[in-house]
Amino acid sequence: MATKSGRTISSVRERSAKSLFLRWEFLLVLIFLGVNVMNISLSSNYLDAYNLFTNINGFLTKALVALPMAYILLLGDIDLSVGGNICLSATVLGIVFNSTGNIWFGIMAAITVGTLCGALNGLILTKYTELAPMIVTLATNIVFRGLSERILGDGSTGGMQKIKWFTELYYGRVGNMVPYLFIFFCVLALVFGLVMHKTVFGRHMFAIGENKKAAAYAGIKVQKVRMFVYTLAGLICGITAVIYCSWMGSVKSNACEGYELEAISMCVLGGISTAGGKGTFVGSFIAIFIVGLLRYGLNLINLSGQTIRIILGILLIVVVLYPTIQDAIKNRKKKAVK
Amino acid sequence: MSNTVLELRGITKIFPGVKALDNVRFDLREGEIHALMGENGAGKSTFIKVIMGVHQAEEGEMFLNGEKVNFKSTRDAQKAGIAAIYQHVTAYPHLTVAENIFIGHLKKRFGVVQWGEMYKEADRLLGELNADFDSHALMGNLSVAQQQMVEIAKALSLNARIIIMDEPTAALTKRESEELYRIALKLRDEGVAIIFISHRFEDMYALASRVTVFRDSQYIGTYNVDEITNADLIKAMVGREINDLFPKPEVELGEEILRVENLCRTGYFKDVSFSVRKGEILGLTGLVGARRTEVVQTIFGVEKLKSGKIFWEGKEVKVRNPAEAMKMGIGLLPENRQIEGLILDWGIGRNITLTELKSYVRGLFIDEKKENDVSKELAERVDTKAVTVFDKASSLSGGNQQKVVVAKALGSDFKLLILDEPTKGVDVGAKAAIYEIMGELALDGYAIIMISSEMPEILGMSDRIIVMCEGRVTGELSREEATQEKILELAMAKHTSEEGGE
Repeated sequence: MATKSGRTISSVRERSAKSLFLRWEFLLVLIFLGVNVMNISLSSNYLDAYNLFTNINGFLTKALVALPMAYILLLGDIDLSVGGNICLSATVLGIVFNSTGNIWFGIMAAITVGTLCGALNGLILTKYTELAPMIVTLATNIVFRGLSERILGDGSTGGMQKIKWFTELYYGRVGNMVPYLFIFFCVLALVFGLVMHKTVFGRHMFAIGENKKAAAYAGIKVQKVRMFVYTLAGLICGITAVIYCSWMGSVKSNACEGYELEAISMCVLGGISTAGGKGTFVGSFIAIFIVGLLRYGLNLINLSGQTIRIILGILLIVVVLYPTIQDAIKNRKKKAVK
Repeated sequence: MSNTVLELRGITKIFPGVKALDNVRFDLREGEIHALMGENGAGKSTFIKVIMGVHQAEEGEMFLNGEKVNFKSTRDAQKAGIAAIYQHVTAYPHLTVAENIFIGHLKKRFGVVQWGEMYKEADRLLGELNADFDSHALMGNLSVAQQQMVEIAKALSLNARIIIMDEPTAALTKRESEELYRIALKLRDEGVAIIFISHRFEDMYALASRVTVFRDSQYIGTYNVDEITNADLIKAMVGREINDLFPKPEVELGEEILRVENLCRTGYFKDVSFSVRKGEILGLTGLVGARRTEVVQTIFGVEKLKSGKIFWEGKEVKVRNPAEAMKMGIGLLPENRQIEGLILDWGIGRNITLTELKSYVRGLFIDEKKENDVSKELAERVDTKAVTVFDKASSLSGGNQQKVVVAKALGSDFKLLILDEPTKGVDVGAKAAIYEIMGELALDGYAIIMISSEMPEILGMSDRIIVMCEGRVTGELSREEATQEKILELAMAKHTSEEGGE
């Protein structure tokens, strides 16, 4: 069917090879390959699969919260409380386990506490929409960690490593090679990615991130979606707490410090705009591995932790600047055409 | 005859694509209150901004006390003794009254701000105006009327000899308006010349000796207030011919679909009742501040209702949010389409499908091919000027953006469409297209509520017209009995029909 004036509108997207190369995800793949090449040249041991997976497991514990963080950033929100939330949930796991002797109770308690903490963020932010998410979650982060400090003091809670199957959650491997955690993470990431890009819920998140008013006028329940996503982040925090306990076997009140910033930088590097509404899940997924493996590689040449931080910081600035650089390139081309 | 203090000749101001002022003239005498009247969009506000140096006119000359002047900025105008008090007070709510008065011209001695002196001076000015608050009060705690008084004090502190008031009474109660009259007359007696913009005849009769009328960016005439009748004045303000831009079809009206009774939202509107039937186009009109948008936002569930009843297809309903309204079958095309109607950074296809995404789901996921095909058809149905459905909404002209918003509404199973200023900022060609679509929708059995400030479109497209004024319905006219004069009379009715109501 054409319009009255005889005009037709195409419903087929033109895909040019050029636009593919200009995409941020393409660049991320290049960076990913570059990091690997660098690591290989730095150490002959790098490609040892067992070692590699050991290392990947280490950063995947942190990376789990990057999955819901991508949603939160997509909404134009932010959650700085995930570090405190994981720490509190893990603390509760240890305390409940030690007082009941049943690890299942501990796991349930951790996941419940994590989810409730996330829901609390959501409740405050959707009830009082005028509050800035950055400040509210900064505050709840302090509260969560403070509670953990109150409970543990200078000490720690532990003994989880006595339960063999529980330690397997982190250390267990399929065929003595591929960690359970790696498989779990990939499956979870796939689900998160599909939901974000292929479902109505995902599209609604994009709409809210772009323009909350227009989203509301289109009948999207903006605050409900935000509430759900913050609660989801809490749930993932609870799960992360379980895996952290499985990994470490004990919890101190300074556990998981800085996880929130790590998760946010992974998402931002992956191209998710903190202003909301823009980004792809694939980008975040690749970025998680870039950050993790880069850290590993720099460790291999015995660079100090501080230096690694500086390098990651610089990388982030470049990323944030990238759209500006891209625009500059485009404008120069336009001028050249004129 | 007293001296002419300000004179403008042949002023033409062009904005991209529009002539906002077309060869306009105006003169103001010493110690005179001169009313400036005209419909919404007649060019009054632009004219004020040209005087104040906010806009520079492309053509024309301005004379102040016989000398040619050319203001490059508001500061120039203020230095020359002209001050403007705008409709929406632009104050700093967290500062004190004195700080607000002197913010642009602090008194300093040796580089030190002389607060004591300024508070004293501010109190003196407020005393002159008989204000019931002092200069230490916080601006944000004052009423609109009091804030206006501060603005007047500010004008006086600048030694303004010409004061422009842009619809100052629009947000005031009757008593507050009278207080403002008193101040205006007092200033006039002291030799200050005042340009008074208002929609209210009452203001004009109470204050002005002469009135100038603008219409469609043009100068129509200047009249002595005691020599012109109400009817002549209205004719001067609206008197244009309506052409056949409006393809309003004859539609057999169906049953009543929506009825609202005594809707009330504190501070906005009160006792609003009307109904609309299938196939009917109901025009909802009034001047700025009539609260039409607020009424339909409440019906759509964007804002909360204080009291009143909404009946949908004969049954009473509660609408808590837009999702519920849409589920019932109400679609709202907001006035501010760039902010409320569209996601500018998205393609038009995604914009069109956003409200009805669920219907494109196959299994768990959105079927994007179906989505694109349907949105293409809808976009074509309203004749959108676009190449593909992936064209960003921001790349379209205002008229075509509006078509996308219409297409978005057509994708849903609505029975009632509320169009808030559907042709605002839209060129004539796209306007005609939108009217045509409205006609077709009415034929298809849609009920339509159209909010509009444009008389020709209200008269041309509506079956029935509801006129509002300051949050109340002041009248209802059938298509046959409606004239521009009658509508305008009702739109300004409140304060003449409600004598002693306060």
